[in-house]
Amino acid sequence: MIELAQVVKTYSAGLATPYTAVAGVTLDIPGGQLTVLKGPSGSGKTTLLSLIGCMARPTSGRIHLRGLPPGLLPQGADADPLEITSLPERFLTTIRRRTFGFIFQQFNLVRGISVLENVMLPTYPTGEDRETVEARAVTRLEALGMARHLKAPVDRLSGGEAQRVAIARALINDPPVIIADEPTAHLDSRLSAEFMELMGQFKGAGRTLLIASHDPIVHDSPLADLVIVMRDGQVVTAP
Amino acid sequence: MRPSLQRHRSVLDFALSSLLRRKGRNLALTAVYTLVVFVLASLVFFVQALKHEAGELLEHAPDMVVQRMVAGRHDPMPASQVDAIREIRGVEEAEARLWGYYYDPVYGGNLTVMASPDPTLLPGSARIGRGVARNMRVAEGDMVPLRGYDGLPLLFTIQQVLAEESELVASDLVLLTPADVRTLFHLPEGLATDLAVKAGNPRELATIAAKIVEKFPDARPILKAEMLRTYEAAFDWRGGLMVVVLSSAILSFIIFAWDKATGLSAEERKEIGILKSIGWESGDVLLLKFWEGAVVSLAAFLGGVLLAYGHVFFFSATLFEHALKGWSVLFPRFRLIPALDAYQLTVLFFLTVLPYTAATLVPCWRAAMADPDSAMRS
Repeated sequence: MIELAQVVKTYSAGLATPYTAVAGVTLDIPGGQLTVLKGPSGSGKTTLLSLIGCMARPTSGRIHLRGLPPGLLPQGADADPLEITSLPERFLTTIRRRTFGFIFQQFNLVRGISVLENVMLPTYPTGEDRETVEARAVTRLEALGMARHLKAPVDRLSGGEAQRVAIARALINDPPVIIADEPTAHLDSRLSAEFMELMGQFKGAGRTLLIASHDPIVHDSPLADLVIVMRDGQVVTAP
Repeated sequence: MRPSLQRHRSVLDFALSSLLRRKGRNLALTAVYTLVVFVLASLVFFVQALKHEAGELLEHAPDMVVQRMVAGRHDPMPASQVDAIREIRGVEEAEARLWGYYYDPVYGGNLTVMASPDPTLLPGSARIGRGVARNMRVAEGDMVPLRGYDGLPLLFTIQQVLAEESELVASDLVLLTPADVRTLFHLPEGLATDLAVKAGNPRELATIAAKIVEKFPDARPILKAEMLRTYEAAFDWRGGLMVVVLSSAILSFIIFAWDKATGLSAEERKEIGILKSIGWESGDVLLLKFWEGAVVSLAAFLGGVLLAYGHVFFFSATLFEHALKGWSVLFPRFRLIPALDAYQLTVLFFLTVLPYTAATLVPCWRAAMADPDSAMRS
């Protein structure tokens, strides 16, 4: 579903201290499965997720998305496979919004606003009807056991609760791909296991899951279909 | 609701909640901003209303005033000149006036003493402006001493304190009978201070003025239009002086606002990264920041203008009284009739709202244009 060909990402390219975070990665990530990127800190996992999720552009190399439902792609960028690295920002944003749901290591919730508002936030620029969006957000939060926290400010939530809000937010636009970066880094073993259980449900619903983690609960989970080991920006073991 | 409108509504809602999240900073900024708009708008309203009022008052002023100048010094006019000017073609009416300035050393105020042709004003009596009554702490029926040309005091009974409506121009006025004015200023019969001329056709005023100067080289005709210009220049000058005095405060605000508006905190930068990563475009982020800036500047503009309106038209510009009203210690008390100039309000709007809104967008532009990945890492 997601194909990477010789993808390189160099930060501060052309400056005195360039840093290559991803060095020539070629990969094929299957759809409808749970893929884990495993590796120590600094191995390039997060950068690779950013590149796949259209949050940054590679310095060189190509990324293709294959088999996406036509309705998800922006008008004028509906080829299959779709090469996303050379698309203008407008198209990338649309793809990012409709195709990917992100769960960040630090959860990246906007502080000072309510749980419900955080979950609805990705839909604001779409002009979608507020009541429809709110109903959908409430459904997502209820499914994650967060119904009683709807109006609570996110600052008062525990780590596990904050992550559930981040998951609900990732699901608000019903994306086919969920990308999670070190999702269990701030969770205890019980909450980590609960998280994997949720991922299992999403996988069962046909979503593609891509998780970067060096937590054994994640990469040793029987739910993981594919584990890719990374080190120094390169793929060490892959199928 | 249409999607484009819904988008604006949702982004505006979020902008308002973002402003509330940084309550302290934004309230302080709005308060200082409102103060600056208030000061500037007060000046604009005040000067505009004064000019308007002066124009209205001069409607009833004589078309032309003729004085006599002797080598640059003002000198009383002989009655013979008055009669000759009355004979000039086009002059409908010419009236000799008796008046003079009087400095009151006790109360430290300059009074304008005028002869009133009103026969109901009794000899030895005076009608005085409200400023004079306030300054001297006198009321109707009291006696007021004025020191004559020979240093001897002349006592006048106050027959009437003039109505409040006339205070803008009559605050420092003392009306006496013509004979009492002559006694006070030692002005012999047959001489007048100046001459008020009314022309049958106002378009002929310039020609009449030229004829007067031709006939009497020592005459100095002053047209109503020139008086109006002088008033306008005086009010503009006072307003300008205030702007100069306040310029340091305004400059401080600009620096303060620029610093607050252009400095993106690490938290704001991260927030922009989050928004972009969850599907906001650069344009959406800029729209958000535009609404934030617009809400602050519009609130400050409206607040400042409303406060200024109340200050000028309900409280008679109490804060600027000493700088903008009257001379000496006789400040007139009056309520101005609201006279707003849409052009000046628009200029004020563009000078206050637009620069601030633009200043808030500049730093966000860079953060919004960056990849969400780098915006979050920075």
